[in-house]
Amino acid sequence: MWQLIGRRALAAIPNVIGIVVVTFVLTRALPGDPAAFYAGPAATQEAVEQIRTKLGLDQPLWRQFIDYLGDLARGDLGLSLSTGQQVLDEILRRLPASLELTLLALLVACVIALPLGILAATRPGSWVDHACRLITTLGVSLPIFFTGLLLAYVFYYLLGVAPPPVGRLDSMFSPPPQWTGFYLIDSLIAGDLALFRAAAAQMVLPVATLAIFVLAPIARMTRAAMLGVLSSDFVRTARASGLSSGTVLYKYAFRNAMLPVVTTMGMVFSFMLGSNVVIEKVFAWPGIGSFAVDALMQSDYAPVQGFVLVMALLFVAINLMIDILYTVIDPRVTIDA
Amino acid sequence: MNALDPSVAMVVPEADASGPPVPLLAVESLAVEFRTRSGVVHALEDVSFSVNKGETIGVVGESGSGKSVLFYAVLGILDAAGRISRGRAVFGGLDLTQATAAELEAIRGREAAMIFQNPRVALNPIRKVGHQIEDVLARHTSTPSAQLKKRALEALTAVRIPDPERRYHAYPFELSGGLCQRIMIAIALACTPSLLVADEPTTGLDVTTQAAVMDLIGELARRRNMATVLITHDLGLAAEYCDRIVVMHAGHVVETASTTELFAHPRHPYTAKLIATTPHGTNDLRSLAAIPGNLPDLRRSDLPPCRFSERCDRVEPVCQTSPLARQAFSAGHTVACCRPI
Ligand SMILES: Nc1ncnc2c1ncn2[C@@H]1O[C@H](COP(=O)(O)OP(=O)(O)OP(=O)(O)O)[C@@H](O)[C@H]1O
Ligand SMILES: [Mg+2]
Repeated sequence: MWQLIGRRALAAIPNVIGIVVVTFVLTRALPGDPAAFYAGPAATQEAVEQIRTKLGLDQPLWRQFIDYLGDLARGDLGLSLSTGQQVLDEILRRLPASLELTLLALLVACVIALPLGILAATRPGSWVDHACRLITTLGVSLPIFFTGLLLAYVFYYLLGVAPPPVGRLDSMFSPPPQWTGFYLIDSLIAGDLALFRAAAAQMVLPVATLAIFVLAPIARMTRAAMLGVLSSDFVRTARASGLSSGTVLYKYAFRNAMLPVVTTMGMVFSFMLGSNVVIEKVFAWPGIGSFAVDALMQSDYAPVQGFVLVMALLFVAINLMIDILYTVIDPRVTIDA
Repeated sequence: MNALDPSVAMVVPEADASGPPVPLLAVESLAVEFRTRSGVVHALEDVSFSVNKGETIGVVGESGSGKSVLFYAVLGILDAAGRISRGRAVFGGLDLTQATAAELEAIRGREAAMIFQNPRVALNPIRKVGHQIEDVLARHTSTPSAQLKKRALEALTAVRIPDPERRYHAYPFELSGGLCQRIMIAIALACTPSLLVADEPTTGLDVTTQAAVMDLIGELARRRNMATVLITHDLGLAAEYCDRIVVMHAGHVVETASTTELFAHPRHPYTAKLIATTPHGTNDLRSLAAIPGNLPDLRRSDLPPCRFSERCDRVEPVCQTSPLARQAFSAGHTVACCRPI
């Protein structure tokens, strides 16, 4: 098991190197001149050149790249020109906000989608099946920014039951002392239930938006996988052995159906990280997605590079986790597979 | 193995010493249909036969003649699209067609078990085979969980699996087809059922393994006085292992007789053709004749009373019009044909 994890981690290293190179090249190829941007419109040619030298932008590209690698090795992702902060600190501060949103949405989506898919598969043609089909069709056909805006419009603006979309906490509250960076958990650790409630209220709409988005693929995959497994020979054997329908459904059918579902969840999680950029803009969520978009608008290279790098590492970590889950579920996956 | 286990209630009544033996399983006029998009499939019609205690019967017929569906219906494991539309299946005094799902579950795997073809895919691919045996034991016996493993190992030993302790921890993909079929048998026989239905248990196995598996089933059946139904399309195999043979064609039972009687005096033209196509004794492969025509489409609404009439060379107008007559020739030899041989 550990051997397998080690191997998969090693196999991911070339990917990470490739990503580092590509992000470096891409950010340099972007239009816009950061030196001119920071010098301001009234700056003289000399002042711009001065800033360019200070930023190291006058060096040849390979020189800049080597400096960049050296910085990376020291864990230095550079300074954000727009905020003047260390990019690493900024990302570490904002990452939990994004992750809390994404993980909670994934959890909510699974809690709804897995039973829905199972019920739809065990009762084909019933109302659950039709409901499942309707929800999955809606989920894939509504663009995520639209769902987000719609939910905010209806529940905040029209009905007034949701708090304003102003980020992780209403301005009346201050964040809990940091343990995990997840406000829901940290507020509980601090024993502050009012704070917990406030943080949870802020999360309802963005989590719902993301969850609706990913519910569809998970429910659809669960249904399809369960249908396939339920008509398989070994389920017939289990039924012929008189095993109770619960045992057949869970120990025999569901565990086998989990294999494709886990793969789907990995993909879905990656989608979600991408969609965070949109969600965070709609709900003013201080995550890494909105951070990266802001930086991009201002030709601020370092945060963009840092963001892409962190995302890439997250993808690698997710794939690793999926692989591990697979080996736990499926004995046929071997170390050299 | 667990004859003394008090949790295993014997639903099978002992044969009454005075009267004729009560059959273990009596199927009477059973009809099964499937609702599909392209119409209703009349998969079984007026199927009757019985199985006595300890007896081995063969159910033979071409692919699609309804052999599997018949026993799925009896055991209550038909697909959702399938439905028993008529008839009874009395097993140990209980009509299984009227039994509740819970009653059927309690009987399956304990009193009546079934094994299938393609054993490698008939076992749960991601569960240790030992645990799959334990699932059945835990379901049907009151074995304390500490004892389950011991009982599972005993079940593995009973089907003569070498090195059971190691095989207990194996997954199906790590085992050969023959070993997987032995595991299937171990699962089916773990609770000492009184009826075993073996649905083409040797399909997909090589010839030596086939013989080994069949001999194992035969020996265990004899030792435990267990009735066995061998479903096969190979009349030769049925002749070798079965006391009696039920011949099926397109959802009908066309002939039932003891094995010797059936081979000596086949009365139904289909049986005669089947025997002619079976390599046995002296006739070589060259003299084998294929049975002309195909099974009729069971979705047709204008199926003739005799579903073989369209392929039969003895057909007469009466075969297509008058209802199918079932005639008894001698004790236990019945034929469903208007113009038997
Ligand atoms: N789920 C189903 N839906 C519709 N028709 C079905 C279904 N299952 C079986 N049938 C029909 O029932 C008939 C009998 O099938 P069955 O599997 O019992 O044949 P068989 O004698 O066991 O053949 P084989 O030797 O190939 O196993 C076939 O004509 C088949 O088309
Ligand atoms: Mg069959």
